[in-house]
Amino acid sequence: MLLEANNISFRYTEKSPLILEDVSFKVSEGERIGIVGPSGYGKSTLAKILAGYEKPTSGEVKLDGAPLPMKGYCPVQMIYQHPELSVNPRWKMVKTLNECWEPDDSFLEKMGIEKAWLKRWPSELSGGELQRFCIARSLSPETKFLICDEISTMLDVITQSQIWNILLDTAKERNMGMVIITHNLALAERVCTKIVKVKEL
Amino acid sequence: MNENILKIEDLVVAFSMYKSGSFKKENLEVIHSLSLDVNAGEIVAVVGSSGSGKSILASAVLGLLPKNAVTKGSITYKGEPITKERQKDLFGKEIAFIPQSVDYLDPLMKVGKQVKGVFGTDERRKELFEKYRLDESAAGKYPFQLSGGMARRVLITGAVMGNPDLIIADEPTPGLDLEMAKETLDHLRSFADSGAAVLLITHDIDLALNVADRVAVFYAGTIVEVAPTADFLAGKDALRHPYSKAFIDALPQNDFKPIPGTQPYAGNLPKGCLFSDRCPYKDSACDADQPEREIRSGKVRCVHAS
Ligand SMILES: Nc1ncnc2c1ncn2[C@@H]1O[C@H](COP(=O)(O)OP(=O)(O)OP(=O)(O)O)[C@@H](O)[C@H]1O
Ligand code: SF4
Ligand SMILES: [Mg+2]
Repeated sequence: MLLEANNISFRYTEKSPLILEDVSFKVSEGERIGIVGPSGYGKSTLAKILAGYEKPTSGEVKLDGAPLPMKGYCPVQMIYQHPELSVNPRWKMVKTLNECWEPDDSFLEKMGIEKAWLKRWPSELSGGELQRFCIARSLSPETKFLICDEISTMLDVITQSQIWNILLDTAKERNMGMVIITHNLALAERVCTKIVKVKEL
Repeated sequence: MNENILKIEDLVVAFSMYKSGSFKKENLEVIHSLSLDVNAGEIVAVVGSSGSGKSILASAVLGLLPKNAVTKGSITYKGEPITKERQKDLFGKEIAFIPQSVDYLDPLMKVGKQVKGVFGTDERRKELFEKYRLDESAAGKYPFQLSGGMARRVLITGAVMGNPDLIIADEPTPGLDLEMAKETLDHLRSFADSGAAVLLITHDIDLALNVADRVAVFYAGTIVEVAPTADFLAGKDALRHPYSKAFIDALPQNDFKPIPGTQPYAGNLPKGCLFSDRCPYKDSACDADQPEREIRSGKVRCVHAS
């Protein structure tokens, strides 16, 4: 499988400047591409476009040559850097977690998710606890590509290495492709198969 | 300079919650007799397990705990307890807070106005925007129009508007690129150098080590170790607690090898040492409560530490 962005340009409104200009980017199954570089170069915007959350002003995103599916489960999933903004504050955690698939107990245990947390509201969890839910939620067996935008800055280094080890095992097992945005170079070097600097995009 | 600005003694924070599957309430204790002080001119970095109570500690100092929280112990600022009335006088002026969540920004108010706040001036706001490399046009935007990194910098400028004596920064670096993250911590350093006390809560430990004077390591609602930054830089042999050592091993630039298991749930803590269910060195001496001990100009909660 191949996820590609072809000649993407993006601006928020007609009057605002171009954030991305004629960017092309490819990631194949089994590949884990790290994107590093200063903020303001549209890394997160590109991530959102790849995941279909934002429409490019021009250019197109294709999954195996076809546009991303509009209906049903999207095989391209994204995890954000701000878990508190990516969950519904009016849903208890159990609903958020099981929205797309139902992870079993052993999976939850592996992710370090306590059963008792399922009954809580998002505001009753720490940043890192909430992020574990967001990561678990995105790992449905139907996910073929995972876009990760600074997903572990909310986690302590031990949890961070546990979660990355799970993500890497899952990715290798399912031959999943990943796009990884991080400001931690040491981390990028550990988890990516290839690193691109934003200026090279 | 060794003037105590913030002193936390034997702090306990619990949440009153419904027990699962019942209508009875239980008190879930998330911070257990925790003590920490921050002196003028000093940055104390708070690192440690996610969910260990770092943000709750910040909320307790700032009087921002939710209604179902119960607290014990004492928190003093410049030698006086922080009362409800004093909170109003101090917060936003002498005491600044940089929150972890960008949710903290008012979505309906333009950024410039928020940063200026009730007590600030336009000149100072402009000066800070320049210092934190925020374009002047950002002042006229609403929070949703900002990138993650910009929102982070807006929170920071808002916090330091009033030239505070105590800064509590809860994860100021996520969303910033490396350059900007370093710069932000350097700014905190210069606040400390001009006499402020800074409590820096962060997971970016390698960056924090560049600026902090001491490091406090949190685990399961307690501080397992306080060490001079130099010990962290020297590596795991210089550290005192098995959890701190495990921390060093898990860094991507080191082994990237996590110890197994997770931090115990607040409703189901092991007896004695809170790290005992994951510790490779556990023996019967660890079943007793672990008081804080002074070792090599640091503190540790572990009988076997040396
Ligand atoms: N309103 C609440 N009710 C019940 N429990 C809560 C509430 N808020 C936080 N907690 C619990 O208190 C503990 C400490 O949370 P806190 O937010 O202080 O963690 P933290 O150390 O800041 O973690 P992180 O590094 O992930 O931000 C967590 O286990 C969390 O689930
Ligand atoms: S007290 Fe015992 S169990 Fe706890 S950290 Fe020390 S050696 Fe490990
Ligand atoms: Mg926190």
